[in-house]
Amino acid sequence: MVDLTINTDVARQILIGFIRSEVTRVGYARAVVGLSGGIDSALSFALAVEALGAENVLAVRMPYKSSSPDSLEHAQTLIDQFKVQCETIEITDMVEPLFGRDPQISKQRKGNIMARSRMIILYDQSEVFKGLVIGTSNKTEILLGYTTMWGDMASALNPIGDLYKTQVCQLSRALGIPPVIIDKAPSADLWVGQTDEGELGFTYKEVDRLLYLLVDQRFSPQECVEEGFDEKFVNSVITRIRRNQFKRMMPPIAKLSNRTIGYDFLYLRDWGT
Amino acid sequence: MKLNLALAQIATKLGDVESNLEKHLDYIGQAKSQKADLLVFPELSLTGYVLQDLVATVAHRPTDDDPVFRHLLKASQDLDLVVGFVDEDSRHRFFIASAYLSGGKVLHVHHKVYLPTYGLFDEGRFFAWGDSVRSFDTRFGRVGLLICEDFWHASPPYLLWLDGADIMLFSSASPGRGLNDKEKLESARWVERVSKAYASMFTSFVAHCNRVGFEDGLLFWGGATVNDPNGELIVQGPYFEEALTFAELDLNQLRRTRARLPLLRDERTALVQKELDRILSRG
Repeated sequence: MVDLTINTDVARQILIGFIRSEVTRVGYARAVVGLSGGIDSALSFALAVEALGAENVLAVRMPYKSSSPDSLEHAQTLIDQFKVQCETIEITDMVEPLFGRDPQISKQRKGNIMARSRMIILYDQSEVFKGLVIGTSNKTEILLGYTTMWGDMASALNPIGDLYKTQVCQLSRALGIPPVIIDKAPSADLWVGQTDEGELGFTYKEVDRLLYLLVDQRFSPQECVEEGFDEKFVNSVITRIRRNQFKRMMPPIAKLSNRTIGYDFLYLRDWGT
Repeated sequence: MKLNLALAQIATKLGDVESNLEKHLDYIGQAKSQKADLLVFPELSLTGYVLQDLVATVAHRPTDDDPVFRHLLKASQDLDLVVGFVDEDSRHRFFIASAYLSGGKVLHVHHKVYLPTYGLFDEGRFFAWGDSVRSFDTRFGRVGLLICEDFWHASPPYLLWLDGADIMLFSSASPGRGLNDKEKLESARWVERVSKAYASMFTSFVAHCNRVGFEDGLLFWGGATVNDPNGELIVQGPYFEEALTFAELDLNQLRRTRARLPLLRDERTALVQKELDRILSRG
């Protein structure tokens, strides 16, 4: 059957090496991580501390007035446990004037503004601390598009983007993330009572198994149904993956010349390093 | 006869040939001081792997007057070398290549014959396909070189075997992939399995040198190996980190193994040829 279990020792070794390599080869030694109090940022943070040393990682907490007090407290638990420097910068004063311009503003718009405000703070702290922003998006949310473009997806490098949410949980346990963070209901905490699984309409456990078959094992939709998945669920997930492809790409550039960035001007980011 | 073989699983700087050459000369110095007879570097060891539009700017010719090979040929006066590079031919085709250098001369250049152009690989887009698989004579006996995807196919090692190679030197830039609950990545397990299989089936020495380090999100896993003509692992380098791994090859083992297990003697090449002719002419 579908088994998403990973060898956490191997994963840990590779991801720590990745962070160390990709940060230091461009002349940096430090990293900045936004700590939401949730599991994804906790894992990226723990990996960054192990890769670069506690003194080289800045944790940034960015609460909004309605953020759950648990979120702030759980982030503090990690900061104490890993003994890193911390900045707490409230986003309330940044976002409220924008919210106030339109009484009809939707929850979704508010959520996007909050996510992008946090990005602004992280990139500003990146300049202050001289550290690269470490990404915290996992494979499940990237595939489903359950993210804000230029918001929580923005980073200089992402160590956990090839781990499904259930694998994030597995690796987090191995890295000593407190169980209270691993076991709570995942939430973007953009409004009171929001949970990922409530909003998505399915559980991570369920969708990770399906994504693993569709993406990693190249199963056809029909083969997934034969494996016992509901046909409507399979089709809705496939549609989500397709509709959100734009979030996983740089904006396309219209080709005019013989050599165009993105099409035939091809270099890795690690060019020359 | 003994051959002290050294495998240099290095990380490279992408597109920075000068810096990679310095690292080669450093490893050559270390190998020499530990009395190595032959030192093997990984695929594209002078250039890095995901070259894309850098291909033309990092290409070199393995000649005396080339600013890179001049140093390597000089170093090959002390010990034999296998280095990975981009070879540009006189008509400006670019090949993924390995050169065997000995006594200040180029004994052989192999152009990669299988360019993976699928999944995460895009070699066929940037490189020309090599069109020969040849063994060649060295002071340690007859040797064959293959590069990564070349030995994912069974025919190149088979051809080298029939062409007289008793020592097969494989080089790779193999990106790690296929993490599951096992202790080894799927890509590492696959390569280790086939290296052992070739050593066993061809009753030959098979050495594999794979690079380490990252290029963007790709990790090269290292883990150099040498298997003897019995298919027994003689030595294995570490995963994920730079290392210089030494193995003493007792070349007399070829005779002992083949006296016991005459697979080479009994190989029915005429039958292979006849059946291949039939299969290929079927249209």
